[in-house]
Amino acid sequence: MKDLQLMKGNEALAEAAIRAGCDAYFGYPITPQSEVLEYLSREAENRTGMVVLQAESEIASINMVYGAAGTGKKVMTSSSSPGMSLMQEGISYIACAELPCLLVNVNRGGPGLGTIQPGQSDYFQSVKGGGHGDYRLIVLAPATVQEMADFVKLGFELAFQYRNPVLILTDGALGQMMEKVDLFPQQERKFEILDWALTGKVKERNHNIITSLNLKAEEMEIINIHLQKKYKEIEKNEIRYEAIDCDDADYLIVAYGLVARICTKAAHLAREKGIKVGVLRPISLFPYPYEIINKLSDQVKSILDVEMSAGQMVEDVRLAVNGKIPVKFYGRMGGVVPGPEEILKAIEEKLVGGAA
Amino acid sequence: MNEKALIDDEHFEHTLRCEHAEIISPENIVYEKPGTLLDVDMHYCPGCGHGVVHRILAEVIDEMGIQSDVIGVAPVGCSVLAYNYLNIDFSEAAHGRASAAATGIKRVLPEKYVFSYQGDGDLAAIGTGETIHTCNRGENILILFINNGIYGMTGGQMAPTTLPGMKSTTSPFGRDVATMGNPLKITELVALLPGTYYVTRQSVHKPNNVRKTKKAIQKAFELQKDNKGTCFIEIVSNCPSNWKMTPIESNHWLEENMLPYYPLGDIKLPNGRN
Ligand SMILES: Cc1ncc(C[n+]2csc(CCOP(=O)(O)OP(=O)(O)O)c2C)c(N)n1
Ligand code: SF4
Repeated sequence: MKDLQLMKGNEALAEAAIRAGCDAYFGYPITPQSEVLEYLSREAENRTGMVVLQAESEIASINMVYGAAGTGKKVMTSSSSPGMSLMQEGISYIACAELPCLLVNVNRGGPGLGTIQPGQSDYFQSVKGGGHGDYRLIVLAPATVQEMADFVKLGFELAFQYRNPVLILTDGALGQMMEKVDLFPQQERKFEILDWALTGKVKERNHNIITSLNLKAEEMEIINIHLQKKYKEIEKNEIRYEAIDCDDADYLIVAYGLVARICTKAAHLAREKGIKVGVLRPISLFPYPYEIINKLSDQVKSILDVEMSAGQMVEDVRLAVNGKIPVKFYGRMGGVVPGPEEILKAIEEKLVGGAA
Repeated sequence: MNEKALIDDEHFEHTLRCEHAEIISPENIVYEKPGTLLDVDMHYCPGCGHGVVHRILAEVIDEMGIQSDVIGVAPVGCSVLAYNYLNIDFSEAAHGRASAAATGIKRVLPEKYVFSYQGDGDLAAIGTGETIHTCNRGENILILFINNGIYGMTGGQMAPTTLPGMKSTTSPFGRDVATMGNPLKITELVALLPGTYYVTRQSVHKPNNVRKTKKAIQKAFELQKDNKGTCFIEIVSNCPSNWKMTPIESNHWLEENMLPYYPLGDIKLPNGRN
């Protein structure tokens, strides 16, 4: 298969999983991401021997991931909003047991069964925990089909570096749309024996245990302190963002994923009208680029946060700005994708017009 | 021996060593702790079947010499700490999800012997879906199912396997099948599935039954090499604490009440014999 392809986001992601040397995928169909399981079912095993298994539910999928990730292999699953909700219990266990794995949420409009159209309303669930207990995922938000592929590789690297689950948070539009993608070359599937992993107890070491249990409060607290330290480390090292036309901007839009691309178009339209707008696109949603947004808030007059939700990330933008300047919000819900013109209107009304 | 000496471990062991030095010589030993069983105190209540099953499991692993090739999974329930006692690589799993986790392990490490160790609340209630589908796929794992007819760990609530009329903290007047449903014979159910290869029901309440259960476990591990499907062993067990009985009473009760409902014996044998 050629490296340069015209591909659907979901297929680029699946192809990237094969090329990243993924060992196993466990999943359950849900629109708008079923192509991942479909693509892997026909492409993966013959090419690399990767295990692909359709589970009976998302609950089973995530627990298969938990089991397989405990062996130190490269393991992943993908789903969309209602399916991700079912996985939250398992994700909490995986986070506590510190297992590396890759999760993908192709977000659709909720709540409930909702719609199969794109959404960003799983932000809270993705970056603030989602399951029970104090834990974090590393969350990456692609904005292009190219990044859908690239973040698979990056995601696995980060997952193993920090022994932490990594989530690619994308949406139904990016999953379904076709774009040119330059695929990285096939990586070898090599099995490294990791000292903590379940590989069979050999004489040379004690038995390895994968668990998230500690019945003693003080010891469970130590585990929590360790996890929090790790998250601090991640916050120090892994913040990623893209700053578009921010240097001379008077106003700033903060948006992630596909919406950031639409906002970039809106910012161009604004500049044509003489309004200097920049776009800050957080790429990592955890860790969040608070610092750069705070810095930019010394320069711009006000900020507009745009999301396909009722306003979830806007809370993080406000935290970053810390009251220095007004932070406005514009959002569409239920699977509606905002267009550049309406965002331009929001810029004019909420930022330029009503900067108070 | 005075009372103080009895509770003084060191003194006790010393006395034991002096008095029995001649008896405890290698050629006289007929009963030993299996190497796969770690030398730590167990948290199980006195007389509980979990401890016995752990021991025979360890014996089988020792005798088959597969300690470095076996991976266990135990989810939530009294056996959640099984990894503290069995000296093999081990994963704890979420309540009910052991067979899914075991599937994940077996799929990426097909050469290993993989087993799950689950209670009835775990396997037949919250994990029914995972259990049935794992068996239906015919995952090449061993499922050890400890049926004590009750939720042990959480303090004696009704399980799907609780007998009609049996009291529990959530069926304080006895299980009324009209409102609480019937006991679930999940072992018979999974035996119907083409994915299961060897399905048997055993117990550990008497020495003879312990020996039979041990043989069944060994057979299941041996069959796992054939890659022909799921081996499923139900072990009818007791929960003296939550049944509110002494260990001996609980074993009698088990024989008189549990076994008529959950009859012992093979339900499905390899090669279609049953
Ligand atoms: C999701 C979830 N629900 C409930 C519990 C509480 N819980 C722990 S053990 C248990 C029942 C275990 O009973 P069983 O599987 O029969 O095992 P036993 O303790 O009898 O050996 C329950 C309900 C839990 N840990 N997780
Ligand atoms: S509560 Fe019951 S099942 Fe649990 S250890 Fe005690 S006797 Fe065994």
